[in-house]
Amino acid sequence: MNEKEKLFNSGVLVETRKGAVEPPVDLWQNKKNGLVIIECPQRIPCNPCHTSCPTGAVKPFRDINDQPEIDYEKCTGCARCVAVCPGLACFVVDLTWGDEDTALMKLPYEMLPVPEEGKSVDCLNRVGEPISRGKVVKVLEPMHDRTMVVHVEVPRSKVMEIRTIRVVR
Amino acid sequence: MKGLRQTEVLVIGGGPAGLSASLEAASLGCQVTLVDSDLALGGQLIKQTHKFFGSKDERAGTRGFKISEILLEELDGYKDRVKVHMNCTATGFYREDGVVSCVIGEDEYFRIKPGKIVMATGAQERLLPFPNNHLPGVYGAGAVQTLMNVYGVAPGKRVLMVGAGNIGLIVSYQLMQAGVEIAGIVEAMDRVGGYWVHAAKVRRMGVPIYLRHTIKEALGDRVIAGAMIQEIDDKFQPVGKEIQVDADIICMAVGLTPTCELLWQAGCEMVFVPQLCGHVAQRDLFMRTSHPDIWVAGDAAGIEEASAAMVEGRIAGVGVARSLGKGDSSEHSKRLEEYRRRLADLRGGEVGQKICQGLECCTVNEWGV
Repeated sequence: MNEKEKLFNSGVLVETRKGAVEPPVDLWQNKKNGLVIIECPQRIPCNPCHTSCPTGAVKPFRDINDQPEIDYEKCTGCARCVAVCPGLACFVVDLTWGDEDTALMKLPYEMLPVPEEGKSVDCLNRVGEPISRGKVVKVLEPMHDRTMVVHVEVPRSKVMEIRTIRVVR
Repeated sequence: MKGLRQTEVLVIGGGPAGLSASLEAASLGCQVTLVDSDLALGGQLIKQTHKFFGSKDERAGTRGFKISEILLEELDGYKDRVKVHMNCTATGFYREDGVVSCVIGEDEYFRIKPGKIVMATGAQERLLPFPNNHLPGVYGAGAVQTLMNVYGVAPGKRVLMVGAGNIGLIVSYQLMQAGVEIAGIVEAMDRVGGYWVHAAKVRRMGVPIYLRHTIKEALGDRVIAGAMIQEIDDKFQPVGKEIQVDADIICMAVGLTPTCELLWQAGCEMVFVPQLCGHVAQRDLFMRTSHPDIWVAGDAAGIEEASAAMVEGRIAGVGVARSLGKGDSSEHSKRLEEYRRRLADLRGGEVGQKICQGLECCTVNEWGV
């Protein structure tokens, strides 16, 4: 087991693979409201990302165990899947946000305290290292079920690394 | 001692499988008695604050304790047909006359003669032996969840989790939600046993997962102060340097095993199936055991997710109703076909493969009548 395998086997994505791909850059950089990134590389019996998607962007599953596949043309960045996914594996990234160095991430969040709009937070990568600061733009609870969708302004260069935030007390 | 009670169907255990079996049997017209040893119905569901996987049919995206509430609401609609005894333990099955003895609390004893029985007794936690594991601060994951999610008590400040199956991963996440620090998760295998996404959730909050590691000993004088962990090789022998981890709680999440004493007592044909985590009853596609009056469902039939337990409970419920001649046969067939399809779907993934291998070792099509 090499280092990469070790990381992946402990729940850290190290490269794109089936069920965990990057959106196409050309479409992505001009897509207002952003596109979804789903990191769900294992076959498990779960399909709410598909059944909850209002535009059909998460393609129909042949088998409920299939990894999600995305039709990016149809994705509106609405972040419904971010709110619904039981695995907290959906993230929306809007590259059109702010100036050329910033982007907006819509991240699932279930910890306390709930982040406050306008406040600065730590942005953590897939192994929990703080790699930048971000600014909380909006905090929503779309399904009224205690899963927050937090809109955070982050450095554009870090969108493929940042996967959660930590409230700084 | 009071006289012998009667019931058409006795369901033992009010967790996801037992509740589902009771509901299904009642919906087909059976009179049901449901006994559960706990103070509240719902079994382990009431402690599950995370959202469930599955499809809409299994209420995917709904938190476990909400699913329990939904089932109890459904049960409320069958008050006329389902009699519930809480804090009630089924203590024995008597083969000579098919009587089950039960005790409510510690002193109210009764005997009941059911037409049919569904054993939905769930599972027991496994533990690991290691030096100092007698010290206060070593918990099973179930106890940690009970303290935290039923009684609202944080078990400690900093937890070392042993086991990266779904329970170890989910309980770690729930502990963090409760403001408790996770010192790390130790896992003997070379990958997490639970869903990868559950692991990703705790990893991105900075929790280390030590693959191919085991707990060597607990540290502490009168209470737990930490643990020594160490890497292990292919033969599970310790190699490499020991790592000291500071923690005031060691939480064991190293697996479950089916609770099957009553099935043994009843003389059901039992078989050891490693993929199902212990001894389980041989069963047919209706979840009927080799004993013509006993069905089994949920973790008691083999360790699996609660979503599968609920569907198995439904199948057992149809099974008992069918054998009692309740409901019409086209309805039975329709429901069974639907439930079997859902089970097959739930078992189609990476984790489900193992379950299916195990089921092949203990399933017959239908017992000869």
